[in-house]
Amino acid sequence: MHELSLAVALVEQVGEICRKERAERALRIEVVVGALSGVERDPLEFCFPLAAENTVAAGATLVVEEVPVTLACRACGERTRPEVPFIRCMACGSTNVEVVEGRDFLIKTVEVI
Amino acid sequence: MCKECGCQEGLEARQAERAGAHRHVDAQGRTYVHVHEDEGAGEDGHVHVHVHVHVHHEQEHEHTHEHEHEHTHTHTHEHDHSHDQVPDRTARRIEVERRVLQRNDEAAERNRAWMRERGLVAVNLISSPGSGKTLLLQKTLDALRGRVECAVIVGDQETDRDARRLTGHGAPVRQIQTRASCHLDAEQVGEHLRAVVGPTTRLLFIENVGNLVCPAAFDLGEQFKIALLSPPEGEDKPLKYPVLFHDAPVTVITKLDLVPHLEWSRTACLDAIRAVRPDARILEVSARTGEGMSDWIAFLEGLVRAAEQKRPSVPAKD
Repeated sequence: MHELSLAVALVEQVGEICRKERAERALRIEVVVGALSGVERDPLEFCFPLAAENTVAAGATLVVEEVPVTLACRACGERTRPEVPFIRCMACGSTNVEVVEGRDFLIKTVEVI
Repeated sequence: MCKECGCQEGLEARQAERAGAHRHVDAQGRTYVHVHEDEGAGEDGHVHVHVHVHVHHEQEHEHTHEHEHEHTHTHTHEHDHSHDQVPDRTARRIEVERRVLQRNDEAAERNRAWMRERGLVAVNLISSPGSGKTLLLQKTLDALRGRVECAVIVGDQETDRDARRLTGHGAPVRQIQTRASCHLDAEQVGEHLRAVVGPTTRLLFIENVGNLVCPAAFDLGEQFKIALLSPPEGEDKPLKYPVLFHDAPVTVITKLDLVPHLEWSRTACLDAIRAVRPDARILEVSARTGEGMSDWIAFLEGLVRAAEQKRPSVPAKD
């Protein structure tokens, strides 16, 4: 379960943000989890409080926004959302596609005090 | 004065809007924020440690400049920033849009740049435990011996058994024991790169911890990931674990010699790989019998040749 490593990385980043902002602690953290990011929501939510213990992120609310995959089709030009795991254009069926969204695992916002 | 903690007299004590935090501002503009153990308890009953923060008015301005440098944006709607006013520690939202694994990714980029300078190709081999990574590597090292100088970094949770299996095949080998961790990360690989890669090394194999899920999330600085899949695992693993099979431009089907003993459909397996990664390059091998190995070796030699052509003309310094 690599979500513990991910939660530790998340808490480190939040700590860095709090230091730069000279904030005392984080209250709310919004993250974006792409459907192809390799990050699962449930284990991340389970691991986050463990990783946050005794840090500036302790007690913070973690808000996970799940982002579906978006494909840009090189054949028809449409942007569609495939039924993962099937990577093909939902408009024309072509597999000549590029994943333009859904791969990232990002910190979007941090509310600090 | 705060009756909970007995802060100094003369401070203007104000209750923070957020339950559980007390805020006090003194005449010098220092803000004191206290979270009391009983009041700081979160929803899960987790108790916060008592915290003390001192913030000078001037520092508030310094940090505003930092934001502009960092290209992050702070939204605060609570008060204006008049210089004469006492700073107010109200909650504010910072937009960051930063990768959670930024530290790993930066380490991966350092590894990648270091290897690129040396004209070195690195591939990150990922599969389930028992899909045949180590035997394939043993035979690959034997086949490339005297033709392409190779090196190996191998990760397992425990033991150096794989490193011992891979030693004696003409390439230096380093074992990383990840203990509780289920994957290699870029910093671990970076620590071992210089030990295993010599001036004439051309091809580095990173044999990841056997796991279809976790290693896919961690860039190690490799040129690309190679997924391995053996027929006993079933045809549909790519559909069940799409992140790895989507990420890997190359999938190697291993243990072809077992196919006669299994109810396994080659067509269904190839379809599953291509459903997840339509442009996947698929190689089919049996390390045991040697079937398909010449294509695999030719593929690796092609990678090495391409990297040499791209190599910078100025030799790399250590």
